[in-house]
Amino acid sequence: MKIAVLVKEVPDTWGDRRIDPGTNRVDRSSDVVVDEVDEKAVEIALQLRDANSGSTVTVVTMGPKGALDSLRKGLAMGADGAIHLVDDGLAGSDAVQTSAALAAALAPRGFDLVIAGNESTDGRTGAVPAMLAERLGVAQLTALRTLTVSGSTVSGERVTDDGYVDAETSLPAVVSVNEQIAEARYPSFKGIMGAKKKPVEVLTIADLGLAASDTGAANSWSIVREVTPRPPRTGGTIITDDGTAAAQLADYLATAKLI
Amino acid sequence: MSKVLVLVEHTDSTPASNVAELLAAAAQLGEPSAVLVTAADSPADAAALATALGTLGAATVQVATVAEADELLVTPTVAALAAAVNAGDVAAVLVGTSLESREAAARLAIRVDGAYLSDAVGVGSDADGIAVTQQAFGGAYTVVSAAGRGIPIISLRPHSVEGSAPAAAGTVSALDVSADSAPTSRVTARHGNADASSRPDLQAAEVVVSGGRGLGSQEKFVLVEQLADAFGAAVGASRAAVDAGYVPQSFQVGQTGVTVSPNLYIAVGISGAIQHRAGMQTAKTIVAINKDADAPIFDVADFGIVGDLFTVVPQLIEAVKARKG
Repeated sequence: MKIAVLVKEVPDTWGDRRIDPGTNRVDRSSDVVVDEVDEKAVEIALQLRDANSGSTVTVVTMGPKGALDSLRKGLAMGADGAIHLVDDGLAGSDAVQTSAALAAALAPRGFDLVIAGNESTDGRTGAVPAMLAERLGVAQLTALRTLTVSGSTVSGERVTDDGYVDAETSLPAVVSVNEQIAEARYPSFKGIMGAKKKPVEVLTIADLGLAASDTGAANSWSIVREVTPRPPRTGGTIITDDGTAAAQLADYLATAKLI
Repeated sequence: MSKVLVLVEHTDSTPASNVAELLAAAAQLGEPSAVLVTAADSPADAAALATALGTLGAATVQVATVAEADELLVTPTVAALAAAVNAGDVAAVLVGTSLESREAAARLAIRVDGAYLSDAVGVGSDADGIAVTQQAFGGAYTVVSAAGRGIPIISLRPHSVEGSAPAAAGTVSALDVSADSAPTSRVTARHGNADASSRPDLQAAEVVVSGGRGLGSQEKFVLVEQLADAFGAAVGASRAAVDAGYVPQSFQVGQTGVTVSPNLYIAVGISGAIQHRAGMQTAKTIVAINKDADAPIFDVADFGIVGDLFTVVPQLIEAVKARKG
């Protein structure tokens, strides 16, 4: 089984995340990390590989040169190879364009199973796995908290808005997993050293066969007109409980017509 | 006037609770046209649905009937919407924020070469066309987006549009999706939330009461539920409370959980890490109760109480009940 795992480098959610007022894009100059859910996607991929002999795991990312660090992390965890879509012309891609680039990279390489996180912590669009399935013409099985592959059948528990469903489909497929799927392993020292020797395939817009007129922020399907930072909340009333705090709060809520 | 398609989710013959708002939004942009999928063997009564949708403002109701539609994930919905778009003269497509709706919208964007504008909190049109308002980084930024190419396909959060659409004819027509051959996934069993309750939906609730690690145990988390019930509120939780096993993951408010924008958000025993604040800081009024005066939740609180939640919350429950009579 040939498994591809999509990983994305995102601003650290524990830090101060900004949008660059010049470009209206996410400011990636602050601390960037592999999105946590993507590390878990790599983990489940490695578990599936190890349970199915003859399988391989390839980590795939689209992002600037620095995103190579995210691929190295996946390789250090144990992935066999990596693909890096990197080209200045890809900057500012929306989900429609991102899925086109990923599909162009994945389709000719014939993956049986593509695993993604359910949504990134920066864009939170959650659209790329579904869009990718549409482009590749394969089934999608998303928002999984468990994932099993048995023969050519993929199944798992899909978390929905009002519970969960058991669902299944046939390979090839695009699946997405949520943060409950697995706990990501820490790379071993040997893994980190070995990662430096593993192959990373670099693909540009030309390699992908994409039209320059369809790539990058200037040609995106969705455009950002305006970005406004939210004004900071002005200081609220903070009181220390002296036995009357609950009554004061009730008064406050009643005055604001919230009770 | 161009059509604005509204994807209607329904349970048997009853439209989902967000449909009235989606039709109201559609009426502000063009002629509302409901699109829905029914299972060939389902008890849904298309005529009853159409009547209900007409009352809510749908000028037309386009129905795709698909064998086993209830067991197939996403693809029948995409096929129905694509057929309706390809029938022509469509200005925009509006869907809700359920997983099924969002994924159908995402795939539709690829199939009909449209733009996907996700998780809008407002929608309108001006001389430059249809635009949506979105929130980035949990409301730290407000973003105005539009379609640069293709029609806009918009997922709209609850409570984004005011008012309602005038009643319309609700004229029914059939959509032919028999040619759809997209590989799909099949549901083999459904499981409701074991904790499904009469409480309002977390994302749509007017009031949300959330608990954190400060509750200390699953047993004591019931205090949060009691406070929520005093307000008629939804129950939420911080990631720490979910990780500690007090409540299921579906309760999680924050970066990796649900994003909420209620009128009132009450954080009980939640320190307010950035991850949590990203999911609730657009609430109109925020109340925090925490024993640690330095907890970052107080930075975003309109009213904060530094104190023991096990003392304050029972008193608050009584005070709320007394005022509600």
